[in-house]
Amino acid sequence: MKLTIQVNEGPFQHQASDSAYQFAKAALEKGHEIFRVFFYHDGVNNGTRLTTPPQDDRNVVNRWSDLAAKHDLDLVVCVAAAQRRGIVDDGEAQRNGKDATNIAPGFRISGLGQLIEGGIQSDRLVVFGD
Amino acid sequence: MSEIKKFMYVNRRPPYGTIYAWESLEVVLIGAAFEQDVSLAFVDDGVFQLVKGQDTAGIEMKNFSPTYAALGDYEVNKIYVEKESLDERGLSLDDLQHLVWEDEDDDWAEKDSIRLVSRAELAQVFAGQDVLFNF
Repeated sequence: MKLTIQVNEGPFQHQASDSAYQFAKAALEKGHEIFRVFFYHDGVNNGTRLTTPPQDDRNVVNRWSDLAAKHDLDLVVCVAAAQRRGIVDDGEAQRNGKDATNIAPGFRISGLGQLIEGGIQSDRLVVFGD
Repeated sequence: MSEIKKFMYVNRRPPYGTIYAWESLEVVLIGAAFEQDVSLAFVDDGVFQLVKGQDTAGIEMKNFSPTYAALGDYEVNKIYVEKESLDERGLSLDDLQHLVWEDEDDDWAEKDSIRLVSRAELAQVFAGQDVLFNF
């Protein structure tokens, strides 16, 4: 089955990203295809490489990056939500005159159309959040 | 992307306090360009999103409620409001914005976009959808 996953909450504050990750991993192990993971609302905060959790805790961001590298996942951060919350890649830094970037490996910033396309192209859209 | 799917956006939260309502509306507006079969539902505290005469000056938040009136222009004209949610909050249809759309197949007649439905009826509507976005 082809899946798009939407993550609506940030890391650590909320378990949504953990649950989405566990779901994605399990789905891939079962042979399902993940068309895209779309990060929206505070979910965009899953895409900052500056996250530094205590060493005895899981690193929610790195876990997504590693899973993306292993399975060639498309991790998309909503641009409008990212601009509000300060998630920045090279293109955004240039466009908006910012002096730094923080996008994590494997993530890219793009528009809400990517979420809609995920809904159209996938057999299921699975939403994680409150 | 020629396949047309039934998209339902479920709005469950009040308009202010969190950004879910506003960012949900942003998805609806972007999604309208994809020419899918779009519906919106307002349930629980989500019915407050449609209350008319909102004034946000005191909380210094952007009042985005006028945007709902533009949905008809985006051909988003199936807006389900759950009756029980209104009743539980002491609201009626008269407290909500009068949302309309123009039917080009009927000489651009102005028609109501809001459909007042019971909880049970709304469950049936949900069951007939392809994609459910929860906000």
